[in-house]
Amino acid sequence: MAMLLGKKVGMTQVYDEAGKLLPVTVIQAGPCVVTQVKTVETDGYNAVQLGYDDIKASRRKKPEIGHAAMAKTEPKRFVREMRLPDDAAMEYSPGDSITVSVFADVESVNVSGTSKGKGFAGVMKRHNFSGFPGSHGTERKHRAPGSISSFASNAGGGGGPKKGKRMAGHMGNRRVTTKGHSLVSIDEEKNLLVVNGAVPGPSGSYVIVSSSQKAQDK
Amino acid sequence: MKTELLDAVESKSLKENVPYFEIGDIVDVHYKIKEGEKERIQVFNGTVIARKGRGINEMFTVRRMVGSEGVERIFPLNSPNVVKIKPIRSGKTRRAKLYFLRKRTGKAVKLAQQHSDHTVSR
Repeated sequence: MAMLLGKKVGMTQVYDEAGKLLPVTVIQAGPCVVTQVKTVETDGYNAVQLGYDDIKASRRKKPEIGHAAMAKTEPKRFVREMRLPDDAAMEYSPGDSITVSVFADVESVNVSGTSKGKGFAGVMKRHNFSGFPGSHGTERKHRAPGSISSFASNAGGGGGPKKGKRMAGHMGNRRVTTKGHSLVSIDEEKNLLVVNGAVPGPSGSYVIVSSSQKAQDK
Repeated sequence: MKTELLDAVESKSLKENVPYFEIGDIVDVHYKIKEGEKERIQVFNGTVIARKGRGINEMFTVRRMVGSEGVERIFPLNSPNVVKIKPIRSGKTRRAKLYFLRKRTGKAVKLAQQHSDHTVSR
């Protein structure tokens, strides 16, 4: 298991060996600092807390400074845990720095981020409903969801539609994970990971990169 | 900073020696084509009528007449499949996009020759 915190830089294209043009996302990942180590004895499970991106000196809170001081580092803006198997021996200690080199022999990665907010979206955009015809007598209902249930239907009964009925509402701005991006290249000097395809969120947003299950099984 | 990092990634895919050629040049474009398993190099000869895009996205359009039918191909400048670009003859042009050639037929598709150092026969 390899995991890093980073920032989405943006998308571009590169040619692979076969001369194919690949759409890639560039992620500036790490170096992350181990801010805390959790073990079965102390916390009930094994994990490593990673921190990325320093907080501006004027914006630091005392608890953050104190927490970071235990790892002899600066307070970090983006802090997430990397869960480790409970039976594994702990190989990290507070203050350790983790760089993109942990992905050196990883072929594919999962990327988690916060997707772009779309605001209040209708069912066609939000749930890929097909809407109603543009003509043939359809009036003012072209993008409507249709029937959401009746008094006695499988979609809900007299008490109203079933919970989870897909309707219009807020779309985006939630955690999304895209899986199985093949890792195109690694730039250890600039701390860059180049992954195939698009990852969630706008450029400049924080993302979590971890080796995919396929890579972990090996 | 953002574009710097993207440029650093892109720059590895850019060709180091792209030959100098201009709009209006007649060029030979040598490009790889795949036939099943085999790979061979084919040459497309014609007039460069447009160059578009920057960096990794730069494309150029080559137009030639086959019989009385115009044929255009758009090549990515930095593709490894475009093996060689050889400018042969410079044409006199007054604009950057020669789309007006699409309406011309016969002799009129040929641009007046212009002397230029990069097309002097080598």
